[in-house]
Amino acid sequence: MYQWDFAPVLANFDLLALGLLNTFAVTGTALAFGVPLGLALALARLTGKPLLAWPAGLLIEVFRTTPPLVQLFWFFFALPILIRVEMTPFMAAAATFSIQSAAFFAEVFRGGIVSIERGQWEAGRAIGMTHSQAMRRIILPQAVKRMIPAFMERAIELMKTTTLVAVVSYADLLYQANELAQKTFRPLEVLTVAALLYFVCIFAVSLASRALERRLAVSGETTVR
Amino acid sequence: MEYQWNFAPIFAHSDALLVGALGTLRIFVVCLLLGLSLGLLVGLARYSTRRLLTWPAAAFVEFFRNTPVLVQIIWFFFALPILVPFEISPMTAAVLGISLNSAAFSAEIFRGGIQSIEPGQWEAGRAIGMSYAQIMRRIILPQAIRRMLPALTNRGIEIFKMSTLASVVAYVELLHQGRLIASLNFNPIETYTVIAVAFFLFLYPLVRATYVLERRLGRSD
Amino acid sequence: MNGNPDMRALLRVGGLEKRFGENAVLRGIDLEVTAGDRIAIIGASGSGKSTLLRCLNFMELPTAGRIELDGVAVGSERRRGDGSIERVYAEAELTRLRRRIGMVFQQFNLFPHMTAIGNVMEGLRTVLRRPAAEARARALVELTRVGLADKAEEYPARLSGGQKQRVAIARALALDPEILLFDEPTSSLDPELVGEVLAVIRSLAEEGRTMLLVTHELGFAYHFASRVLFLADGVIHEQGSPEEVLKHPREARTQAFLARHRAFSF
Repeated sequence: MYQWDFAPVLANFDLLALGLLNTFAVTGTALAFGVPLGLALALARLTGKPLLAWPAGLLIEVFRTTPPLVQLFWFFFALPILIRVEMTPFMAAAATFSIQSAAFFAEVFRGGIVSIERGQWEAGRAIGMTHSQAMRRIILPQAVKRMIPAFMERAIELMKTTTLVAVVSYADLLYQANELAQKTFRPLEVLTVAALLYFVCIFAVSLASRALERRLAVSGETTVR
Repeated sequence: MEYQWNFAPIFAHSDALLVGALGTLRIFVVCLLLGLSLGLLVGLARYSTRRLLTWPAAAFVEFFRNTPVLVQIIWFFFALPILVPFEISPMTAAVLGISLNSAAFSAEIFRGGIQSIEPGQWEAGRAIGMSYAQIMRRIILPQAIRRMLPALTNRGIEIFKMSTLASVVAYVELLHQGRLIASLNFNPIETYTVIAVAFFLFLYPLVRATYVLERRLGRSD
Repeated sequence: MNGNPDMRALLRVGGLEKRFGENAVLRGIDLEVTAGDRIAIIGASGSGKSTLLRCLNFMELPTAGRIELDGVAVGSERRRGDGSIERVYAEAELTRLRRRIGMVFQQFNLFPHMTAIGNVMEGLRTVLRRPAAEARARALVELTRVGLADKAEEYPARLSGGQKQRVAIARALALDPEILLFDEPTSSLDPELVGEVLAVIRSLAEEGRTMLLVTHELGFAYHFASRVLFLADGVIHEQGSPEEVLKHPREARTQAFLARHRAFSF
């Protein structure tokens, strides 16, 4: 029978905590760039002008359809040679996940925007609003409210996907756990603790988003997925 | 100076890429079958009214939906062998991680699909003397699966993308072979571009198919 | 028939056509609206009456024909490749024009994320760029006019259908439109709420405003309108005073339409 021993994990818990912090850093950076970029992509795709809609559509489809690990490898190993810039693991990860999550957020934005009834556009136009005024003042505020559940779901997916940065040696929680497992010869305990840490963080966000969804449902707003 | 693209070394290794592609397909098919069938069982358990079934099913779904797949694969590969008396191959670890994760997600799709069928269908089945299992199999699931088709196809696409994670525990699939070729020939640009394009070309028709399915179902429902 | 002949038309419509693909909804409409006219547009569903109204403020772009506001033609002419002439409309011009022609919708289309007064202020703030205090004061005047000053801070979800439609009317009035368009303003209301909306429209009529109203309420049309248009198959089939069209229709189709609506009394 295997003797569990969590002492080495607890003794080195600061390493795991640092890893968790780095996980949050990548997730936060990707969100900060991904959300505005996603909105820009969605608006470009919705313009109906082929010169804007096509490149935006292609970018969205490519980043939604190819595996994130392939994207990360491309940004980490290939891009630095093409543009002759040193890429740290963090930069490669931030770039990959910003663009990748932007592609997913773009579809969330688009879904939210097209879910708003045509009458709202017409009412805006009827009082003399331009297209961009109606978008900014009437459509987006309503769309954003409907998008919140889908948005939270994407943010959770993003946090889970950031574990891939461990593969290019960025010191996130998974990477730190792997290192610690080798150092302490206690992979079972270390990896179990790491999995539980992920679970606690992500489950907390899930619960929060479900509570938010229920409150929105109570206030009579339908949601889009 | 402009970078000189050169794809020749990759095509020189096309046999290695073929081996990788077969590895990708193999793990994809296994995970798809295991993930969806386990997902159906868990989904049915989640839907049932017996607490002995719903609680473990709910715990399973929450745990595997809320932990990263890569962490699961790594755990199965490095941690599980300590607990069990047999070897865990890279394939086994990756299949366990990806299938259990997919089962958790598809369980929620199955449950949602079953719940979306009107109560009248259950009543009509009971009215002609069918049992619960008969109604589920003959009346509810055939209708529900039609509605779930876009979501299930999406799951399939996700599984295909997830299969690349198996390379992390040195399972031989497309990305693993790509890394090998890139490090042998010092040509990461061409190699990873080819790999990305290959995935895109394979998956994009499926993505389009889900769009068409969604639109068609949106019309008829 | 169109009132004082030396009064210039505020709105002049000539040869207006609208097609949706193969489907010709409007097939040549000529119409002059003089300041102070109150025009009721009636007809069976599918006769094109809503489409006509929606062409007047360019919610729908006409397929052919021209519309003049205050003697100025909207849009500009462009010669097609085959030598024929089409009209093209710049979005900026239409945006400016819509400030002068207010519209009230069947489905209200209130902005659900803004309070009642927020809805009425929106055009003043965003379109006319009025200062907040001025816009609020003006919006309150309009809400008072429709009898809803006490509901200023309520969100649309907490208003009844009739109250929503009155807020929508206040929203249109806030921009001082020269013409008001009503697209079946009471059709989605419960019967007991129709009266309060019609009362507001009647009070606007008494102020001498220029209005066009698409409606199924023939009784109201009779008392409200200075002129009634009966549309059928995308053309004005018959027009005249309410007395002429609603009481003594000359055309067989008008008579048949009215016979189906005998439920009303004048």
